[in-house]
Amino acid sequence: MVNIEVVLFVVLAVLFVGSGIMVITRRSPVLAVLYLILNFFALAGLYLTLQAQFIAVIQIIVYAGAIMVLFLFVIMLLNLKDEEKLIEKITARKVLAVGLSAAVMFEILYIIWISTPGIERDVAKAEELGRVEAIGKALFSDFLFPFEVTSVVLIVAIVGAVILAKKKLD
Amino acid sequence: MIDLNSYLILSASVFVLGVIGVVTRRNAIIVFMSIELMLNSVNLTLVAFSSFLGDATGQILVFFVMTIAAAEAAVGLAIVIALFRNKQTVNIDEINILKW
Amino acid sequence: MFETAIIAGAKIVLTLITLLTLVVLTVYTERRVSAFVQDRVGPNRVGPKGLLQAVADVVKLLMKEDIVPKNANKPIHDLAPMISIGVAMSTFAVIPIGSTMTLFGRQIDMMIADVNIGILYILALTSMGVYGITLAGWSSNNKYSLLGGLRSSAQLISYELSMGVSIIGVLLISGSLELDEIVGKQAATLWGGIPAWNVFLQPVAFVTFVVAAFAETNRLPFDLPEAEPELVGGYHTEYSGLKFGLFMLSEYVNMIVASAIIVTLFLGGYAFPWGEQFGLSGNSLAVAEVLTFCVKTGLVMFFIIMIRWTLPRFRYDQLMRLGWKVMLPIALANLVVTASILALMNWA
Repeated sequence: MVNIEVVLFVVLAVLFVGSGIMVITRRSPVLAVLYLILNFFALAGLYLTLQAQFIAVIQIIVYAGAIMVLFLFVIMLLNLKDEEKLIEKITARKVLAVGLSAAVMFEILYIIWISTPGIERDVAKAEELGRVEAIGKALFSDFLFPFEVTSVVLIVAIVGAVILAKKKLD
Repeated sequence: MIDLNSYLILSASVFVLGVIGVVTRRNAIIVFMSIELMLNSVNLTLVAFSSFLGDATGQILVFFVMTIAAAEAAVGLAIVIALFRNKQTVNIDEINILKW
Repeated sequence: MFETAIIAGAKIVLTLITLLTLVVLTVYTERRVSAFVQDRVGPNRVGPKGLLQAVADVVKLLMKEDIVPKNANKPIHDLAPMISIGVAMSTFAVIPIGSTMTLFGRQIDMMIADVNIGILYILALTSMGVYGITLAGWSSNNKYSLLGGLRSSAQLISYELSMGVSIIGVLLISGSLELDEIVGKQAATLWGGIPAWNVFLQPVAFVTFVVAAFAETNRLPFDLPEAEPELVGGYHTEYSGLKFGLFMLSEYVNMIVASAIIVTLFLGGYAFPWGEQFGLSGNSLAVAEVLTFCVKTGLVMFFIIMIRWTLPRFRYDQLMRLGWKVMLPIALANLVVTASILALMNWA
C-alpha cells in the first residue's frame, strides 16, 4: 500500500520544479506566465499538505489571481510578439552563471544535510495554526504594527506605479 | 510522512531555478517572474518551518512577503512599461543608459 | 474512505447534470423573456412551446466545424474555454443547497465540499475566471479579440475589489467564512418577524455585491468584453463550434452560480423559515430547503435576465469610473460603518 500523502507530495513536487524549469526556459512570456500560474497552484497544494489552508488560498487569490493577471495584462498591453524572437545566446558568462547557481544549490543542500535535526510534526497543531482564526489573531495582536506598515507600503506602491506608468507628468 | 528536509530541498531547488532565470534571461518580464519564483520558494520554506515547529510566525511572514510581492510587482511592471515607452524593448541588455 | 469518495463522486455527477440542464432551461427562459420584453414571440417551434429549442442549439453547436485561425496560438486557444468552464463549474462545489439528508442510513451534507473557508474559495476561483477570457482574446491573434480580452481583465480586476469588500461586511455580521454557518445565522428572525437575511442587515453591501456580480459575469449592462456593435464578438470572435459553445455554457453557468451565491450570502440561503409550524423534520425538511433554495435562485436569475433587457450598455470609461470612484468607496464606507457599529455593540 503506497502512502497517499507521499504520492501527493511527489506529484506536487514534480509539478512545482517542472513548471519552474518551464518558466525560465520559455521564449514566449505568455507561456512563461501560464507555467508560473501552474507553479503557484502546485505550491498552494504543497501548502495544503502542510495544513496551511489560509496561506494556500491567499496564494491563489493574491499571486495567481492578481499578480499574474497584472503580468499578463502588461504583456498584452506591450504586445510583446516581436520580443519573443529576442535571441537568447548561450555565452561563457551564462554557463558560468549557471555553474555558480549550481554551486549555491549544493551549498544550501549541504547546510540542510548537516544541520536540521529530525523534527516530528504535530499535524493537529499545524491544522490549528493554518486556520484563518489563528492567523488573524496573531496578525492583529503580535504583528499589528507591521500589519499597519504594510498598508503604507501598499499606498506607496500604488502611487509609485501610477507615477511611473503615466505618460507625462503634468 | 514527509520530513522537513524534503520541503527544504524542494524549495532550495526552485530557489536556484529562480536564480538561474535572473542571471541568464534577458527579457525583463521573465527576469521578474524568476524573482517571483525565488520569493515563492522562500515562502515554502517559511510555511514548512511554521508547520513543523508549530509556530504561526512563519505563516504571518509569508503573508507579509505576499503583500510586498504584490507591491513590488505593481511598481516593477510600471518600470517595465516606462522603459518600454522610452526604448521600445524589454531586453535588459539594451537598457544601459546608466552604464558608462 | 472509499465510501466518502463514492458519495462525493455521486454529488459531483448530480451537480454537473443539474447545472447543464439548468443552463438549457436558462437559455430558453432568457430568449422567451427577451421576446416578451420586446413584444415578440420568441422560440416556439421545436418541441412544446419551443422548449427543445436550446437542446437543438446545443446539438447544432456540437456538429459545427471547429475553426482555429491560422496565426492563433493553438494550445492556448484550446485551453482558454476549458479554463472558463472549469472555473465556472467548480465554484458551485462549496455552495450549500440544503442542510443534511438521510439516505440509505447515512447523513449526507447537501454540498459537495464542506470547506471552512468557503468564501475565500469562491473569491479564489472567481479571480481565476479572468484567465479564460484574457487568454482567449490573446491567443486568437485578432484585434477585436485582444481588445475584448484586455477590457475583460481590467473590468474583472476592478469589480473584484468592491465584490470582496462588500463580502467582508457580510463576514463581519456572521462571523464565519463557512457558507453553511452564514446561512445558519440568517435563519433567525429580527424584531417584527422579518427574517435576519443579510439583505436587511447589509443593504449597501447587497447592492454593491449584486452590481459587482453583474460585472463579474459579463452580463449586460457590463458586457463590454463582448460588446457586439464595437468589438464584433469580443474575446470569442475567433471561436466556433464546441469551443464557442463552452464559452456560452460557462457564461450561463456563471450566471447560475452568481445567483446561488447572492442567495446564499444575502437572501437567507436554503433556510426554510416555517419548518416547525408545518411539522417538517428530517428528509421532508431537507426537500423543503432545497426547494426554497431553487425558488430563490430562480427569482434572482429572472431578475438578472430582466435587467439585461431593460438597461443599455455602459461606455468603457463610465464602467471604470463606476467601479473605482463609486462602487469601491461605497463598499469601503459600508465596511467601516458596519465594523464601527459592531465594535460599539460589543463594547456596550
